[in-house]
Amino acid sequence: MTQPPEPTKQTGPEPTGPSTPTPEPTSPSTPAPEQSSWRTMFRMARPRATRANLFAALLAIVLGFALATQVQQTQQQGLEQLREDELVRILDDVTQDAARLGNDARALELTRDRLEGGANSSAEALRAAQQRLDTLGILAGTAPAEGPGIVLTIDDPSGKVTSALLLDALQELRDAGAEAVQIGSVRVVADTYFTDTPNGVEVSGTLVKSPYVIKAIGGSATMASAMDIPGGVNESVRRLGAVSTVDQRDQVSITALHTLEEPQYARPVPAATGAGK
Amino acid sequence: MIPVLGLIGGILIGLFLQPEVPLWLQPYLPIAVIAALDAVFGAVRAVLDGIFNDKVFVVSFLANVVVAAFIVYLGDQLGVGSQLSTGVVVVLGVRIFSNVASIRRHLFRA
Repeated sequence: MTQPPEPTKQTGPEPTGPSTPTPEPTSPSTPAPEQSSWRTMFRMARPRATRANLFAALLAIVLGFALATQVQQTQQQGLEQLREDELVRILDDVTQDAARLGNDARALELTRDRLEGGANSSAEALRAAQQRLDTLGILAGTAPAEGPGIVLTIDDPSGKVTSALLLDALQELRDAGAEAVQIGSVRVVADTYFTDTPNGVEVSGTLVKSPYVIKAIGGSATMASAMDIPGGVNESVRRLGAVSTVDQRDQVSITALHTLEEPQYARPVPAATGAGK
Repeated sequence: MIPVLGLIGGILIGLFLQPEVPLWLQPYLPIAVIAALDAVFGAVRAVLDGIFNDKVFVVSFLANVVVAAFIVYLGDQLGVGSQLSTGVVVVLGVRIFSNVASIRRHLFRA
């Protein structure tokens, strides 16, 4: 409430506000009253060293000071000048942003881990698969193998050796821990069979002749002693009038391969754990 | 003239000192400044109307500031501080506009 129309002397000492620097009057058509208004302004603007004038000047100083201060304060845009609800809203915004960004970060980290882990685990899986392939290849006779073992040679010029003897020898070797066995040029696998024919012994349909050379990979000392046990292979061979020699070697290579045939009836049952075949 | 110089001087002081507004004053200072501006424009209008009185100016200046600050304070206490601040600013702005229009009519006859 500024100026209640208090009829007063404008003779009093009082200047205020924007006075002097106002530029040219705009409407020259009505010069007289306009000029009186400007005159009033000029008159009021004249400096008068009175108490009220000084008081007004003091207030003006305070106003200018507050104005500049407030402008600067606003330009600083600090949080401290905000109200509680504004602060709460800002805090909510920040919290939501943080939550959203946190979710994003977690998702991206998850993706990154999955990609990295995928690379690692696929390499790992490849390695494991290769290992399993090697193992199974040796077991199934589809892969050549080498390692320490023995070479059992049965020299049987008189043809007394039977399939049963060879089967016994194979069983002894397996009992002694043979991991890969080759008889003559035939790789011995799970479905290897021995038959007696008039021409000699057939192993899986392949005729093998004396001297029978049986290569086995495994613990060589164990297998050699297994051949020597009383009533074992060596003794049986000797009883038949043949000669068997056991040669322990650090390196026995089994190169004969077995050709896998697709099973005609058997079908694999899907593994429950997916551990694979 | 002297008050105009005082206004300019106050602005310069504020610019150079760059004071920190105390926390308790921060909600009220902007409104107080607007109210004081309203008082100043009212004073100019009163001068042109020929009814200016310096005591009235000083009292109305202070009363404007105090009342504006009090309204904002009351609004804060009632939980409608920001709305009431907006209302006060609107009212004061309207008053400033009407005062300026009156001044303009006096000075420019337009």
